[in-house]
Amino acid sequence: MNIVDLLFYFFATLSVGGGVLMVASRHPVSAAMFMIISLVSVAALFVLLEAFFLAILQVLVYGGAVMVLFLFIIMLLDVGPEGGKVSRIKMLSGLAGCLSVGILIILLLQFSGIGEASLENWQPIQDSEEVVGDSLIFSTSLKNFGYGLFTKYMLPIQVAGFLLLAAMVGVIVLSKNANMEKEN
Amino acid sequence: MESITPQHFLFLAFLLFGVGFLGVVLRRNLLLVLMSLELMLNGVNIALVSFSRTSLNLDGSLFVFFIMTVAAAEVAVGLALLVALYKKRQSVFSEDISLLKN
Repeated sequence: MNIVDLLFYFFATLSVGGGVLMVASRHPVSAAMFMIISLVSVAALFVLLEAFFLAILQVLVYGGAVMVLFLFIIMLLDVGPEGGKVSRIKMLSGLAGCLSVGILIILLLQFSGIGEASLENWQPIQDSEEVVGDSLIFSTSLKNFGYGLFTKYMLPIQVAGFLLLAAMVGVIVLSKNANMEKEN
Repeated sequence: MESITPQHFLFLAFLLFGVGFLGVVLRRNLLLVLMSLELMLNGVNIALVSFSRTSLNLDGSLFVFFIMTVAAAEVAVGLALLVALYKKRQSVFSEDISLLKN
């Protein structure tokens, strides 16, 4: 067992374990902390897959911005731990959830070829800076990433920018309306 | 990477997705529902990056970039809705949002 396998199992355990603890924890603040552990280990898995830019983005966007927003809202609303009572509807939806996860795992075992011997899985990355036509080859360099974003995915990146603007305006409108209703 | 196959990453992605899905279905605190949604998106991101790495094609990684953008926007709007809801009903639990019931 080499070091990469060891790292994979370590971070996989950390991310799934953090996720399970997040879902299971009663208090929202501790849930957010477990979520941060899970997100950072997902970033480490991105590094193992040699997607370094995405790993940095994962830490910055998820571990930084999104989780700070979550913690800020949790502390602003001062949400306490949940009560103990479980309604019948929740048990029903839990049953439905377990059923659909079960169906998903059957599909996964059926179609992903887990257990079959697969050789030649990870070809080495060609470290060429040049870009050939429309087919973007996987590369660790940021240049290829940016080239792909601004040629093949020109329209999606503009739509993404517009989406962020719309989200910003929407957030402002939502919080403004809530304030004005309170005054009236 | 010798013994770690893309199937390992796929199975991990499934585990993250499943845990997040159960969180969305089972939790009553809407903040935790939103967090579990993020966990589901993370599982999908791992699957996309591992496919992208396996097929040596950058498209999957670029899709992950867009998924992150949409997730950030979604969290911002979702939390703003949650704050507005809290100001109206003084609660973030899903069983208290029953305006359409009866």
